[in-house]
Amino acid sequence: MLSITDLGKTYPGGDRALDSVTFDIGSEEVVAIIGPSGAGKSTLVRCINRLTEPTDGTIHLNDTDITALSKDELRTARQDIGMVFQEYALVERLTVMENVLSGRLGAVSTWQAFRRKFPAEDIQRAYATLDRVGLAGHENDRADELSGGQRQRVGIARAVLQRPEILLADEPTSSLDPETSHAVMDLLTEIAGDEGIPVLFNIHEVPLAREYADRIIGLSDGQLVFDGPPTALDEDAMNRIYRNGQEGTDRKRTELAELGRHGNQLGEHNNGQSPRRNTERGGNQPEHQSEESVSKEVR
Amino acid sequence: MMATIDTDGDAYTNPTWERYDRRTRLIRFFALLGALVLTIVSYQALAVRYEYVRTAPENMGNLIERMYPPDLAYSSTIVEPMIATVNIAVVGTLFAILMALPVAYIGAENTTPNRSTYALGKVIIAASRSVHSLIWALVFVIMFGGGVLAGILAITFRSIGFIAKLLAEEIEEINHAPIEAIQATGGNTLDVLIYGIVPQVKAAFVGIAVYRWDINVREATVIGLVGAGGIGVELNNRINAFDWQAVLTILLAILVVVLVSEGVSAYSRKKIR
Amino acid sequence: MGAARSLEAYETDWSRPTVFYNHTVKWGVYLVTILFLIWNVWEARVSFDRLIYGAGQAGVLLGAFFPPDFGITVTAGGIETSDRFWRIYDGMVETLAMSIVATVAGVLVSIPVAVMGAENLAPRPVYYVGRAIISVTRAIHELIIGIVVVVGFGFGALAGVIALVFATPGFYAKLLAEDLEDIDQSRLEAIRSTGASPLQVLIYGVLPQVLPRVIGLTIYRWDINLRASTILGVVGAGGIGAALLTSFDTYEYDFSMGILLTIIAFVVLGEMLSAYARRRVQ
Repeated sequence: MLSITDLGKTYPGGDRALDSVTFDIGSEEVVAIIGPSGAGKSTLVRCINRLTEPTDGTIHLNDTDITALSKDELRTARQDIGMVFQEYALVERLTVMENVLSGRLGAVSTWQAFRRKFPAEDIQRAYATLDRVGLAGHENDRADELSGGQRQRVGIARAVLQRPEILLADEPTSSLDPETSHAVMDLLTEIAGDEGIPVLFNIHEVPLAREYADRIIGLSDGQLVFDGPPTALDEDAMNRIYRNGQEGTDRKRTELAELGRHGNQLGEHNNGQSPRRNTERGGNQPEHQSEESVSKEVR
Repeated sequence: MMATIDTDGDAYTNPTWERYDRRTRLIRFFALLGALVLTIVSYQALAVRYEYVRTAPENMGNLIERMYPPDLAYSSTIVEPMIATVNIAVVGTLFAILMALPVAYIGAENTTPNRSTYALGKVIIAASRSVHSLIWALVFVIMFGGGVLAGILAITFRSIGFIAKLLAEEIEEINHAPIEAIQATGGNTLDVLIYGIVPQVKAAFVGIAVYRWDINVREATVIGLVGAGGIGVELNNRINAFDWQAVLTILLAILVVVLVSEGVSAYSRKKIR
Repeated sequence: MGAARSLEAYETDWSRPTVFYNHTVKWGVYLVTILFLIWNVWEARVSFDRLIYGAGQAGVLLGAFFPPDFGITVTAGGIETSDRFWRIYDGMVETLAMSIVATVAGVLVSIPVAVMGAENLAPRPVYYVGRAIISVTRAIHELIIGIVVVVGFGFGALAGVIALVFATPGFYAKLLAEDLEDIDQSRLEAIRSTGASPLQVLIYGVLPQVLPRVIGLTIYRWDINLRASTILGVVGAGGIGAALLTSFDTYEYDFSMGILLTIIAFVVLGEMLSAYARRRVQ
């Protein structure tokens, strides 16, 4: 299905983000990529549809070598690869329907796209998919009117409408609170199951990876250091992924990773979802509120 | 007196500032004193004779008396120059938009090809913005002679910087993620433009253009004072002929046209999100 | 969820919702707009040979503009200033003085107008009067007021100041009124409950809340007045503009360029100073 051989990426600054990563994904497999920040998780996912250009190695989707394609051929190949992004990456000022239909941009002419005249079947499928992700009736809402969870559902619907042969997801839950994260991961894996296609996603939260993936790939410093089922992800494996293979008594870091907080970049949680997350974690809401109203009065 | 009120107010609302109060008070006192001295010095520099100031309201009253009632019979004569004024504003804005697009493109940090094009963009924006449309009109009247053409060019050259500056700021705000997402679905460059970039800048662009047009209607009423076409030419003639009743008619007509275009502009900017 | 429904059950048609009532109206508005634009371009009747002629003139004019003459010559013996330098100097001093006096006077006039134009502070009839003053002073360009006053009773710089003061409420009172409408009402209630008079409510309840804005807007208005007072002289209302117009009329184009560059320098400096000062205040 998807077969990655010796994939490497060196950024212009000389930063080696990926170093000869090799693995295969079979049809209908759900694969999670975990690792500390800067381990190359995002780079790996983005190299597969060449949003980031790999510097060496090959990527085969079925029989096509993605890395050898010209720009035009790459556009055609990208139609077979659905992608879900970490900050949803919706066009906020367009309607939900336009965002979903933009999954078909590769298949229609630019003129059709400009006039928003998509084939009847695409529109039917768009309605059906919106229904499937629980957003029936929202087609005329603007994307910026939706909540974070709803936006990510639109992101999934857009990817599904491509009729892809594989779904990629780059940190699909990084902007969502825990509850919504679960709902989105449920949807993503279920929908892939319905379509009979594999999913490859990278994720910070190890518990989510354990829960949803059939198989986990661990990256550390751009190198593949673990590849196996969730049951094989023991403390030793966690050490290899999160502590660069060093032996030590610093269990804190591993624990943090297990809690899913490891390496969370604070800047990513500014989408109106974080306040809820804070109250859930911090708990004591009434006190918080009274503090706020007091400060307001003083001002 | 104002300084006292001011510090009292702050001491009341921000008890924590009390530590700095003395210093703040001093700074404020000297700022106010400086402003006062500057005003007095400026007034002296103007060398205005006091009796002129004293009689100014009276003179103003006389002038208004001579203007009233407006000469309504005259109103049919001003229809044509009034239309020319709106023409100047519309065509000038249109040209300015066309010329501002590339300037905004090179004047925005994320789209400009290199450092020198960026500098060029900034220089064009600054030069266009810091020269008043009346001065542009003076220059173009010398080049093209009096009339509508000089007016259009004056409005155009003044507006390029305004539109390009605001548009460049808008381009710098573009979110790159949706653009990548469109590319990831297999969309081509045009698809990216239509679905990724245009929706992000469209509302702001239309808003800026309509807003500038509204300002330009106002500007187009005065460039005629130096011969660059429109109602200003007629106004200048009437004033020089001391035909004050006709002047009032023109002023009222300008008021109506400007208020209507302001209304249209505000309404359409509210509609576009 | 939707798995039970077959694909055929869904609609085959979708069109983007429009901000207009429906798509016919939308295309109607587009058509009218385009026709209006075409009519405007046609009405302006810009002839091609006139453009060509002007472009030729532009070359000549550009040559005459350079090198700009500021009236300053640097010689071995030191710096010599000519009459031209002093004309620029006097013009700029007058321009600066006008801008400052007009700002102070204009703000003093505009603050009451702003209170009148604030929906939450003024009774209905007064509110409409305030709004009317704002609209009228916004709509009539300061240059028009300038020329009317100059020809009407001829004052030079004072006419310029009057024009700028007249134009100030349209900007200043409009923005200040919007801020006044946003103030915290509960504090006004508190002061009213002590039995304060309306004027006392304004001074103790309203003023402290908007004072930074009052100062910020004043600095901003000075910046705008500086720009405007560089050109008021063109209609005889004082400032550097008179020297500029004379230089054009007498074909002293190198001097014109000297004046223009001086104006630009002052306008840019004024803008920077104003931006800096406003940042300090707010």
